Amino acid sequence: MAAVVQEVLTSTHVEKTNKKKKQDPFPGEAPIPHKRLQKFRRGEKYEVPKEARPDLKEAITFSEAMSELAQKQAARYDLLLPEDAGFLEGDEDEDTNTISQDDIAAAVDITSGSKYFNLHLSQFGPYRLDYSRTGRHLLVGGKKGHVACIDWQSKDLMCEMNVMETVNDVKWLHTEAMFAVAQKKWLYIYDSKGLELHCLKKFNDVLRMQFLPYHFLLATASATGFLQYLDVSVGREVKAICTKMGRLDVMCQNPYNAVIHLGHPNGTVSLWSPNQKEPLVKMLCHRGAVRSLTVDKTGTYMVTSGLDRKLKVYDIRAFKPLHSCFLPAGASCLSLSQRGLLSAATGDIVQVYQNILGSSPVFKPYMAHRLRGQIWGLAYCPFEDVLGIGHGEGFTSMIVPGAGEPNFDALDANPYRSSKQKQEWEVKALLEKVQPELIGLDPGQLSKVDQATFEQRHKRRVEELDEIQQSIQERTEREKELKVKSKEKKTLENKSTLDRFRK
Amino acid sequence: MAKSSSLQKTLSQGVTLSSAMAADSSDEEDLSVNDQAISASEDDEEGSDDERKHQKLLEAISAMGGRKRKKQKERSEASVQVSEFFVNAEGTGEKVNLSDLLKTIEKTSVASNKTKKQLKNLQDSKQTLELPLNKQQTEKIQRSIAYEKTTKEVSTWENIIVQNQKAEQMVFPLNQESSAPKLVEQVVASWKVQTPLEQEIFGLLHKNSQPSNDPVLTPVEEASLKAMSLEEAKIRRAELQKARALQSYFEAKARREKQIKSKKYHKVKKKGKLKKFVKQFDEMVKTNPEEALDELKKMELARMKERMSLKHQNSGKWAKSKAIMAKYDDSARKAMQEQLQMNKDLTQKVVVPSDDEHESNEEASETVPDFANDPEPVLDPVNPWMRGQLTREEPEVSRVTTEEAQTAEEVNEEEELLGEFERKRKLRQADEEDLMTTEEESKKEEPASEVVEDDVVEVSDTEEEAEEEEEDVSEFNTLFRLMRSEKTVEGPKHTPGQEVEEELLNEGEIQVRNMEDLELLGEDVEPQPTAEASLPQTAAEEDTSEPLNKKKREIDLQEVLTKEAKAVRVPFLPTVIEDEEQGEQISLIKEAFAGDDVISDFIKDKKKQEADGMPKVVDLTLPGWGEWGGVGLQPSQRKRKRFTTKMAPPPPRQDRKLPDVIISEKESASVASHQVSHIPFPFQNTAQFESSIRTPIGSTWNTQSVVKKMTKPKVLTTLGAIIEPMAKDMKNNKSTTPAGKEPAIVLEGNKTAKGDSEGSEKSRRRTKSKKKKN
Repeated sequence: MAAVVQEVLTSTHVEKTNKKKKQDPFPGEAPIPHKRLQKFRRGEKYEVPKEARPDLKEAITFSEAMSELAQKQAARYDLLLPEDAGFLEGDEDEDTNTISQDDIAAAVDITSGSKYFNLHLSQFGPYRLDYSRTGRHLLVGGKKGHVACIDWQSKDLMCEMNVMETVNDVKWLHTEAMFAVAQKKWLYIYDSKGLELHCLKKFNDVLRMQFLPYHFLLATASATGFLQYLDVSVGREVKAICTKMGRLDVMCQNPYNAVIHLGHPNGTVSLWSPNQKEPLVKMLCHRGAVRSLTVDKTGTYMVTSGLDRKLKVYDIRAFKPLHSCFLPAGASCLSLSQRGLLSAATGDIVQVYQNILGSSPVFKPYMAHRLRGQIWGLAYCPFEDVLGIGHGEGFTSMIVPGAGEPNFDALDANPYRSSKQKQEWEVKALLEKVQPELIGLDPGQLSKVDQATFEQRHKRRVEELDEIQQSIQERTEREKELKVKSKEKKTLENKSTLDRFRK
Repeated sequence: MAKSSSLQKTLSQGVTLSSAMAADSSDEEDLSVNDQAISASEDDEEGSDDERKHQKLLEAISAMGGRKRKKQKERSEASVQVSEFFVNAEGTGEKVNLSDLLKTIEKTSVASNKTKKQLKNLQDSKQTLELPLNKQQTEKIQRSIAYEKTTKEVSTWENIIVQNQKAEQMVFPLNQESSAPKLVEQVVASWKVQTPLEQEIFGLLHKNSQPSNDPVLTPVEEASLKAMSLEEAKIRRAELQKARALQSYFEAKARREKQIKSKKYHKVKKKGKLKKFVKQFDEMVKTNPEEALDELKKMELARMKERMSLKHQNSGKWAKSKAIMAKYDDSARKAMQEQLQMNKDLTQKVVVPSDDEHESNEEASETVPDFANDPEPVLDPVNPWMRGQLTREEPEVSRVTTEEAQTAEEVNEEEELLGEFERKRKLRQADEEDLMTTEEESKKEEPASEVVEDDVVEVSDTEEEAEEEEEDVSEFNTLFRLMRSEKTVEGPKHTPGQEVEEELLNEGEIQVRNMEDLELLGEDVEPQPTAEASLPQTAAEEDTSEPLNKKKREIDLQEVLTKEAKAVRVPFLPTVIEDEEQGEQISLIKEAFAGDDVISDFIKDKKKQEADGMPKVVDLTLPGWGEWGGVGLQPSQRKRKRFTTKMAPPPPRQDRKLPDVIISEKESASVASHQVSHIPFPFQNTAQFESSIRTPIGSTWNTQSVVKKMTKPKVLTTLGAIIEPMAKDMKNNKSTTPAGKEPAIVLEGNKTAKGDSEGSEKSRRRTKSKKKKN
């Protein structure tokens, strides 16, 4: 019996081993496409110098291994962002810009269709608008004092009021709990219930505002030519710069490096940081005044429009124009979506351009929509295919397929976050607040060694070493001399005694 | 005199002998001393000088008077006055110098020159022992030695220290056990056998693959359950039944034969056996000389015994009675003769072993296959508790078969006789036979001649059948043997679990190989540098070589804003007129006229900026200094030249190639305060350091696992745990494996898991090393 059992055992064992020997058709880790890996690359790989010390070698290899791992992992996890944006596609011989919003709203699902709506507010228009960073909340401010914030997806009105003053601009602060309103004289801050929290009299005659979310800075451009920075987290004015460029009513920010771009009546665009009293860069963009400008999410492109009715696309890294096109009516407002769709308000028409950030010029808009009344504000809703338009007759939410980023970073801006998550995010964001000193053209500056001081220090050290060396040399020489002298003396003495003796 | 001496003798005896007389001893001693002195003076009458006598007397007197014992002088030097009892040196206080001794040598010519020389040398060399070192120096030396010792002792830890310094992470306490609830298997596995009894028990359990925590079935049992079909089991059971029946029959038979009292029967049987043995022995000499030798030795032993004993010398009780009868009874005589013959046979060199009665019994039982009695198949030859019956030699069975063949050929008278006995007994014990028939009916018809053969398996009807049976038995036995051999070949260590482990390891290797392949593939495609934001800088660098041409740097108006604009078709034209469009005409006109204005303004601005950036010439000339001064008088050219200093030109502007851009050249110091200003230790230049920090470690930019890996703390301590200093034995263990000893019990599952982890670790290490190579 036992023999049989043994046989059976051995046979099963053999079977098992056979199974194990069956080769895995896809051995090892799943390969990552080279393109995706390249996407997450951070700088050049540093080759370990051959004659380096072992500890240095170890440090370099470790850091290289880590960065490689980080890159690989990031590329691997990119798989978890499966959402992709689609675009509007017309039939043959059909321009997509002829498709009306009603058609689109009728064609898409109900929730998406409900994103096309109009708010008829003809009384206090024209309206400026701003979407919160998560894209849930909408803030509209009519020129004649009407301010309202809305959870636009549920059409839930959070607050509505009339400030009984001219409203130049409205802006959400870091959360939807607070917003800033640039009124006729001062800058006011309200909470989401419409309660006035602050009246900032240091900020007067503000025409345009930009909020830098990672620095907690509210940048304001005033009619008096002042560019001011307000630290929202501590409520302190960080910097006030007199631009000496006249009325500043064209403003945008570069999300890549938090540099403020200002458009001027003399056709120039100037780039500002709170650390410098003069513009970082000043570039002549238009022959006429600059009417509007916008910078894309990656900080690569800037689009400007001027009174000369031209629309220009700049490579903001090289400060070179890529291409320009002539719009019949000129664009009074510009806005770039997260995925690079450009919307331009030409008169009462909003045009949306696709692939405008490429090197090739565009001749046809991707979409167009006619509104009643002049357009005053234009903004894409983050993470949604929606373009908000503030105009003389109120507010229009327009569906622009492929505008929003489909994959959101829930730790950064989560459209579906709960109040608890919001609180936690706020704390974290405040802890990770970037200091205003770090604003500059190159945000990677921080990861570089301060070359100037380094060199200075190096120089000083070299000098000190030289001095030490010199002093040592001198001393040794002196000692040598002394020795020689003493020797001579001795010999002399000896000689003298000898001589004396001889004599 | 004689009296006194005798007295002294007795006294001295008394002193030496009796300790009880200790009380009076002091007086007696005094006495004895006096006596001694007196006797000494009296004894040396013959060769006596007056002086000596006188001295002795004096001494004796002084000894008596002062009650002091005279100290006996040691004999150190020859003196003029020599006494047998003590020597009084003349110069007692003086030292003996070498020179004094040498003087005598010089006088005597007997001493050789050599010794003279040596002595002289000795005298000349005034070697003295060196002074011991002072305290400070000795302490210094001691310290240095102690230092060396401790350095040696401490330096054995150097390896570990380096290891720990290099380690990515240290977890304290070092040999940590996880606090989480463990699985039963893990607890059992970690338990180590300590006492020898436990070791033995677990050794056995492990070797028999007995489960240490009790499931219902052992793995072997489980496997057997899986392996056996019902039919097979039935067949096997039947076989076993049969074998057991056979065994019981043989046992019964053996018992019966033992009970037979007929001497003749036994005699005949013995003889038959003897003959057979002789034959067998002959055969053995041919086939198996070693065994034959053994047998011979046995015979020799028996012979020796016989020679020593009086067993067959006709000296016993029986022999004596027979001797009386021998006159009249022929048979008795014969018996006696037989006995003598036996003695002869035994004392002769080639003899048959005498005690074969037991053998016959044993052989009878041996024919039964061994496994019939086994409670359970024992797979392990090492198990001493199970070994009992299984270690019996199998070859005996085969020998039996050969014997059978031989005996079958040979039919003897004795056998016939035996057959007769058998028949008689049969008749007598019919009931017993009945019992046997229940087992096998055919047994009744057995031919007597065959039944007689006691060494053969006689149960079956015919010889052929018997042979078949034998074959079966041998088959089983061979199977057993095969099994055992397999077991032994495998060895106790080489368990299937281990094999699995090995295979896993192998698989790991394969994977690694493939990964390497992948990496190679990846390397084929060279990473291409992405366009960097530092374009203007590179442009600036390019231009540094170019000679600065002021005229070229002048911005052409045509160059500014030359980009051709393209008209865009719009589906519908604007109908609403903007506010600003009211003044469009004006603006258009403005455009037409002011366009150049804007550009020229900008150019002016830029020039101004450039001019600001240029270093200013410092003019330190003082008018009127060293020459005539006054209104309208200019300092001389020479002087001006002498006192103006030119600063070094600044680096070329970033915007010199961009006509419509002004880039500020002012460096903002704000970032500098946050930047690293000196390079940390292992790095030698900025490029190295910058490359090491180019990858951010925050969770904003990395996946969670990578962040954890990157920000792994160097030292990890568990809260509340006592961190003890490293034990000495850790020194050696650390270098090899963290877990020095294997647990006594290794479960199958655990083993494989461990193998897995080891394999993965290995592969990791390999990949790591690979990375390092890269």
